[in-house]
Amino acid sequence: MLQIRWHGRGGQGAVTAARIFGLAAAVYGDWYAQSFPSFGTERRGAPVTAFTRLDDRPIRDRSQIYNPDYVVVLDATLLESTDVFAGLAPGGTVLINAGREKAAVRALDRARVYYLDATRLAREVLGVPIVNTAMVVALAGATGLLSLEAVEKAIAAVLPQELVAQNIALARRAYDLAKVLGGKEAIASGSRVKREALVSAD
Amino acid sequence: MRAYLNGNEAVAAAVKLARTEVVAAYPITPQSTIVEKIAEYIAAGSMEADYIRVESEHAALAACYGAAVTGTRVFTATSSQGLAYMFEMLHYVSGCRVPMVMAVANRGLAAPWTIWADHQDAVACRDTGWIQLYVETAQEALDTCLQAYKIAAHPEVLTPVMVCLDGYVLSHTEEIVDVPDQEAVDRFLPSYRPEYSVDTQRPYVFGVGAGPDLYSAFKYYQQQAILKAKEVIKEVDREFQAHFQRSYGGLVDLYYCHDASVVLVVMGATAGTAREVVEYLRRQGEAVGLLRLRSFRPFPVEDLRAALSRARVVAVLDRDCSFGYEGVLATEVKAALADLPAQPQVAGFIGGLGGRDISQEELAGIFRHCLEAVRRQDRGEELVVSGGWQK
Repeated sequence: MLQIRWHGRGGQGAVTAARIFGLAAAVYGDWYAQSFPSFGTERRGAPVTAFTRLDDRPIRDRSQIYNPDYVVVLDATLLESTDVFAGLAPGGTVLINAGREKAAVRALDRARVYYLDATRLAREVLGVPIVNTAMVVALAGATGLLSLEAVEKAIAAVLPQELVAQNIALARRAYDLAKVLGGKEAIASGSRVKREALVSAD
Repeated sequence: MRAYLNGNEAVAAAVKLARTEVVAAYPITPQSTIVEKIAEYIAAGSMEADYIRVESEHAALAACYGAAVTGTRVFTATSSQGLAYMFEMLHYVSGCRVPMVMAVANRGLAAPWTIWADHQDAVACRDTGWIQLYVETAQEALDTCLQAYKIAAHPEVLTPVMVCLDGYVLSHTEEIVDVPDQEAVDRFLPSYRPEYSVDTQRPYVFGVGAGPDLYSAFKYYQQQAILKAKEVIKEVDREFQAHFQRSYGGLVDLYYCHDASVVLVVMGATAGTAREVVEYLRRQGEAVGLLRLRSFRPFPVEDLRAALSRARVVAVLDRDCSFGYEGVLATEVKAALADLPAQPQVAGFIGGLGGRDISQEELAGIFRHCLEAVRRQDRGEELVVSGGWQK
């Protein structure tokens, strides 16, 4: 069982990201999947979490996720208020939308932390800083869990028709960058991050 | 078709596939997305039905009742306070023996205000004369709605059915759902042709008054009908299996019960988590099992007795409370097992209230607590086991 926790702010699409990842895995990939929002009322701008589970057999567990293997952070400002590393499984991976110089990270010793400046990418491709599809594909690419094709199909199935082409273009850009993340050093600045902050926040 | 749907979307898909003709509902979390999806279907022309907008849940069920007596297939959905607000109409619908299906996305009742899951809303409607089926997965939510139409309209049942799915844990959780073809559903569930309906050519009276001489007979036949539903629920589940290769055990769903000394009884999605725990403890050599109660009303006394007669401890996890006594299911399980020759000890646990998470560790804790009592008995002590409350 692989468990993913998505952190975002209300309106940034963390819940949709969890769903797109699960759909890509379960219908366009060869996984069983389950996804759910942090149950409750969501307000624009307030911290939101969402979750995806993947497994190679039917998923029966209905309890909350306490020890994610992967954490994806859509908004680096959350690092100031939220412990995004909470419960991270040993050897876990954290993917943060940030230019590396901006992130204030207090990581677990054994966590791999990857950065992708998805906001800049989304502004370039979409014209708006909506990063959820880029981060979905970045996780897929950096981990090798899902193919680009599966994520593209899921994006096409979930997003309103008029947003699909742009988001697939964004996904392709993000995937190419993310494959490098999962590889050697490259942008994967955070490999074996120390416990203390890398760089201070803005 | 392999789809990726949450429980609410699965229910909406079933309502469309059932060729439901009238929907009246009032939005309430966490049910709302069921009727929003149905409204989308109707607006897009992919579902031919009348969607009646109403001012309250009481009006919603009244509208459904009126539509159903004209001989149409009807659906509504609600949760929590909305179901409470329907309470008066629930009795009208069941007392007039009007078949319909209502999805209840289970949510706790205020105060304190909550939008999260427990079973208090539906369990508090235990005695309204509705059949109540609790589901474990989004797939089962879809399948059970299809089954429910058939059960409700069975000529010897004619009783409305609530399909209960845990709020958020099922209603807002996406997973793989096999959505059957329309043709296959049409074969399983032909169009609705009730024997009795409002018809100017063949007049019947619905919703009559009855004096002391007749009232009791109406209620007697109502009771016979819902008891008859025990057979019909099983029969429809078998028939469903023949059509779709899926079934849910009818009234109860047993998992490793046959040789278990400790059996946990639950309703709803908690069963999924409990299966993981049972499997884990079985690997450790512990004789534990799970009984998921699928039909709360009618209450499957015979099935419970058959499944639990060899257990030594039965742990019942209620997501509800009958204040001043204990969890409702605990009381009912005790009563069902009361005159067995070797009566198992029943321990009542109350948990998962107002959306409180029920983790694998907590379920394992319940099993271990009960297994310890069994071990004490093996050492010659009296079998005594206490229950608990997840505070």
